[in-house]
Amino acid sequence: MRVRLKLYAMLSDYLPPEAQSTNTLELEEAEEITVASLIERYRLPGKWVQIVLINGVFVPPEERARRRLKEGDVLAIWPPIAGG
Amino acid sequence: MGWTRKVLRVDLTSGSCKSEPLNMELAQQYLGQRGLATKYFVDEVDAKVDPLSPANKMIMATGPLTGTMASTGGRYSVITKGPLTGAIACSNSGGFFGAELKMAGWDMIIFEGKAAKPVYLWIENDRAELRDAAHLWGKTTWDTEEIIKKSHQDPQIRVSSIGRAGESQVLYACIINDLHRAAGRSGVGAVMGSKNLKAVAVRGTGGVAVKDFKTFLQAATEAKKALADNAVTGQAMPAFGTQVMMNAINEIGALPTRNFRDVQFESANKIGAEAMREKRPTDGKANLVTNAACFGCTIACGRISQVDKGHWSVANSPKYWGATGGLEYESAWSLGADNGVADLDAITVANMVCNEDGMDPISFGATVAAVMELFTLGVLSKEQIGVEAPFGSAQALIELAHKTAEGQGFGREIGQGSKRLCEKYGHPELSMTVKGQEFPAYDPRGIQGMGLTYATSNRGACHLRSYTVSSEVFGNPVKTDPLVTEGKADLVKAFQDVTAVFDSAGICIFTSFAWGLPDIQPQLDAACEGGWTVEKLAEMGERIWNMERQFNNAAGFTAKDDDLPKRLKTEPAKTGPAKGLVSGIDKMRPEYYKVRGWDAEGVPTKETLARLGL
Repeated sequence: MRVRLKLYAMLSDYLPPEAQSTNTLELEEAEEITVASLIERYRLPGKWVQIVLINGVFVPPEERARRRLKEGDVLAIWPPIAGG
Repeated sequence: MGWTRKVLRVDLTSGSCKSEPLNMELAQQYLGQRGLATKYFVDEVDAKVDPLSPANKMIMATGPLTGTMASTGGRYSVITKGPLTGAIACSNSGGFFGAELKMAGWDMIIFEGKAAKPVYLWIENDRAELRDAAHLWGKTTWDTEEIIKKSHQDPQIRVSSIGRAGESQVLYACIINDLHRAAGRSGVGAVMGSKNLKAVAVRGTGGVAVKDFKTFLQAATEAKKALADNAVTGQAMPAFGTQVMMNAINEIGALPTRNFRDVQFESANKIGAEAMREKRPTDGKANLVTNAACFGCTIACGRISQVDKGHWSVANSPKYWGATGGLEYESAWSLGADNGVADLDAITVANMVCNEDGMDPISFGATVAAVMELFTLGVLSKEQIGVEAPFGSAQALIELAHKTAEGQGFGREIGQGSKRLCEKYGHPELSMTVKGQEFPAYDPRGIQGMGLTYATSNRGACHLRSYTVSSEVFGNPVKTDPLVTEGKADLVKAFQDVTAVFDSAGICIFTSFAWGLPDIQPQLDAACEGGWTVEKLAEMGERIWNMERQFNNAAGFTAKDDDLPKRLKTEPAKTGPAKGLVSGIDKMRPEYYKVRGWDAEGVPTKETLARLGL
């Protein structure tokens, strides 16, 4: 199963160097994987895991442990941000 | 205290500068800056005034926290009737000018009439006089500031000025202070130009007193700690600036692209915050040089950028080679995604031109987007525009920026804004505006609350009147679903009223990412007489909003003007989470009127006005 992980702002430091210029990592997963397990694998600090989107749609904190990624899904994560 | 209790009234027609006491009764109802200056304005000016006539007035106003030790306490606003919109205009700027004006001893300056020839206002503490500006007319804001500082032999003078765009009355001309901070929207710079007022230069050495210094210092210190401890204001904004929004808003499918034809830009990652930090392959340097702070700010979200000296857009223009004000999210969007342009250095240079000659990059970029669509449709030709202008053309963007700033060729038409330009060429539906003002960088199909925000904004389409993105995207203070209309009327009203308080205090709205009214209330109450409670502030915010609405209604606006362009109501988003959705503005608007205590025509009821003391 192929999924895509995108990490932005301070979280881009947690990507492998070769993925930092695009903020994107292509993943080939043998088994089903949850949002929380990917967050854990890349050791993303909990305080910086704020905006979690699958294909652009927000995944609330209480759903992240059981929410499984599907073939082709894009998981994108930001720390707390704002602008204007 | 907090207030200096002094107003400078400048009659440009007669050339007089007079001091008068601040109306403290009104200050207790409207606080300062946006609220208090708008109250002065609506009491003194006929709502039907021609914005570019001498009968229009223009007020530069500080808030009670401007010039104090409150974090971000350096703001000032320009209040007038906007020529782009015909509505109330209130444009807020940071930098250092506002604090300098306050420390010179003035809460606000009211400009009346029109000078017979170009002048600038020179203020040195309590002395104020109009001086000849013949030698400054035709100069950019950058040159104007330098010449004034040199001629007064004082590099610490702060200057707010118009560039050539304001002189030629580009309808979205802004007023630039400190080289790259702007009272940006609605064309306040054109009003200044119409009065033959080139600049205001000020030197203030008096400081600002507060009511209870010990309590104030404690409150300000605690509030600064809240900003530092908050991940947004303490970490993300100083490191990445507002530009951190680019990829996030693109990901949720609400990044307007190619004049709102699309809601996602395939090259967003080339023009956002992360791209600004990447080293260029051409010269090995990053676009972002450093962050920067305005007066008293402990957030420091500002961007200082430098482009590649060998970039085609500046190869023969050394004046653009230095480090200067860089891209914010709104300007990167309007000059970039909205035009389909992915050249980061070109966008940065177009933004420099906007700063240099004083143009709102949101309205300029969005008007170019409309031109590019008209070119794509074959309505406008290369011969008319003077350049091939398909979506994605960085060359067209740069050329049109210079032409508009200098008032040359087709730039004169672009300077009228997209509403007038699209109407002239028979396609009014292609102007992405409300009340004549161009949209900022959030698509109402993907963030429904922002559609209601734009439609009901008192100064025309604007994100800084009710930033529901905080809730709908970032979950601050609570997460709401961006794709639904339910609950958005209440949300928009709440954001609008609270924002009016921040804008009247002298502080930056970006503090609201960490502060609520309970955080600014102790600072205001320690600085100002009057027993400022959270409840008093909240009611004041609602009062200000309704006062602005009444002015617009008297100017001729009706419920029909609280609407969005047809495209956003009939052309569904093509991609992303909002795919298939249009804006639900027609459902939200009546709900909003009800929440506001307005009748079905959008007019505040007698009960609402009485409750708010209007």
